[in-house]
Amino acid sequence: MTAPVPGDVRRGDAVRQSLASFRREREADWKAFEALLARVEKRAPRTLSEEELLSLPLLYRSALSSLSVARATSLDSALIAYLESLSLRGYFYLYGARRGLRQRVGDFFLHDWPGAIRELWRETLVSVALMFVGIGAGAWLVASDKGWFDAIIPSGLAAGRGPDASAELLRSMLYDGDNGFLSGFAAYLFTHNVQVAILAFALGFAFAVPTVLLMLFNGCMLGALFQVYWAKGLGMELGGWLAIHGTTELFAIAVAGAAGMRIGTRIAFPGELTRMTAAAHAGRIAATAMVGVSIMLLFAGLLEGIGRQTITSDVTRYAIGSGMLALWIGYFYLFQVVRNGDR
Amino acid sequence: MAIARRAALATMRSLITPEGVDLQIKLADAGTRAAAFLLDVVFIATAAITVTIVALFGVTGFGTDKLQPLFIVWIIAIFFLRNVYFIAFEAGRRASTPGKRIIGVRVASRNGAGLSVDQVIARNLMREIEVFLPLSIIAGRSGMGVADTLTTVFGLVWALLFALFPLFNRDRLRIGDLLAGTWVVEAPKRTLMEDLSARKDPVARTFQFSHAQLDAYGIAELHKLEEVLRRDDYFALRAVAETIGRKIGSTPQAHDARPFLTAYYGDLRAHLERKLLLGKRKEDKHQR
Repeated sequence: MTAPVPGDVRRGDAVRQSLASFRREREADWKAFEALLARVEKRAPRTLSEEELLSLPLLYRSALSSLSVARATSLDSALIAYLESLSLRGYFYLYGARRGLRQRVGDFFLHDWPGAIRELWRETLVSVALMFVGIGAGAWLVASDKGWFDAIIPSGLAAGRGPDASAELLRSMLYDGDNGFLSGFAAYLFTHNVQVAILAFALGFAFAVPTVLLMLFNGCMLGALFQVYWAKGLGMELGGWLAIHGTTELFAIAVAGAAGMRIGTRIAFPGELTRMTAAAHAGRIAATAMVGVSIMLLFAGLLEGIGRQTITSDVTRYAIGSGMLALWIGYFYLFQVVRNGDR
Repeated sequence: MAIARRAALATMRSLITPEGVDLQIKLADAGTRAAAFLLDVVFIATAAITVTIVALFGVTGFGTDKLQPLFIVWIIAIFFLRNVYFIAFEAGRRASTPGKRIIGVRVASRNGAGLSVDQVIARNLMREIEVFLPLSIIAGRSGMGVADTLTTVFGLVWALLFALFPLFNRDRLRIGDLLAGTWVVEAPKRTLMEDLSARKDPVARTFQFSHAQLDAYGIAELHKLEEVLRRDDYFALRAVAETIGRKIGSTPQAHDARPFLTAYYGDLRAHLERKLLLGKRKEDKHQR
């Protein structure tokens, strides 16, 4: 400053100096933190040296304290915005509390998945019951009037099966595995079924009403088909044809419906929690169950696409079907009991 | 301006870290989120079309005997694009899809704790009824010919109800967010900008301001001035210099607008920061 100035105005210079030095002294820390964050966000923390890893929380706290100081003393809004965004990034990274992938997968199969399904046992029972009601209704409707069959099952899905089809045709559909497109068919079935399951889950949001209808209708279709075969004396054979993958697939769909119902009922009747918190709780359990559902449907798709086409013996089909069912029930409901007993 | 500030405050939420600092997160508004989603849709569609073209080339190249493995790869790839794209990216370290990353937003847990994978899954599975179901209802109308006008209207109303859901609540939650206990916050990457009051400008040193001249404005105006200086647009600088000059009774030369404003910014900031240290926060020019 060359010209002498009235004291009052230039007193601001002292403040300016101290804030400039605050920034000068802390700036290196901020830059180091920013560079470190950019690295850990892109790659695994494993790539950091031990020293860098230990410095991460220190640099984070330094950035936070800089933010507090800047907010209280500085009017440079760009500086404050920078520190806010830096601290927020650091906060999300450090308090993200992420487990390693392997541990997470292990936990999912050991605790989370069976736990979520056990948690949903009441809804699962209801949705299985709904399916059986649907089966009964479908069979009864088609038995009383053949016209119902076309109304219940879309013609594309029926593929010639119907109340008027001959017994030979119906039989050939059960045992004709020679279509040369097996694993492709399995992949298609898997993706299709997962989409249906997700729908059953997501629709639960509307107070579970659409999910209930979907479960009933699913049962109706099964019942209608069953009635057609039963009338021709092919009931047992159809049972085998369905059982090989159906125990897994229908169980999975029932669980998806149960997940949807959980969400719908918790939104309708949140109990002591607020509606939002209740919905969030239900959503998390249901989501875990849904991941499990897609794994089950993967098995079902493989069994349906490959197993059913190559295995044509009724006994084997029933054996595989009930074996899978026993496996799932054991895994979901009994596994926990055994492990608790060990402890 | 007061209205604009109130609108900005409406989307601010406090996030208090365990260290006791309020980080003041800003929720992403509906437009931002729609833009991010559209970007993701473009990415997914591009990838899907590429996969399909590659698969078709594969069929013509290898012949039909390789049809089955190609079909499996194709169907699994499409399945992954539809269901796993969002989940995989949001479960990652940055909790955002490429679209969100470009826009500068990320997913966060509403209770401030770390975002868990089941939350990410829950919020993304709900997309099925928000986006894909209404789309398939509308597509089904032309495809199957079973739906009449009434069902299409119903489908559209349904679609709009869910698509516009974020506009109807305070936290801009979509259904998936509501169920997962998440929200979408702005997390832009900012670079450290230069300190304007440390700018060395020889012309700026010639300007001196009196106490009364510095008392003309407050913090709100200071921040506007900072914005103008950082944007560095010649005409804006001139207009602002004229306005300030008129108010404080000092008219700089037209070509001196930038140094004049730099000098005034530096002095005003030092003046207001000194007041701040003394415990007086002058929010805007109306406050005495």
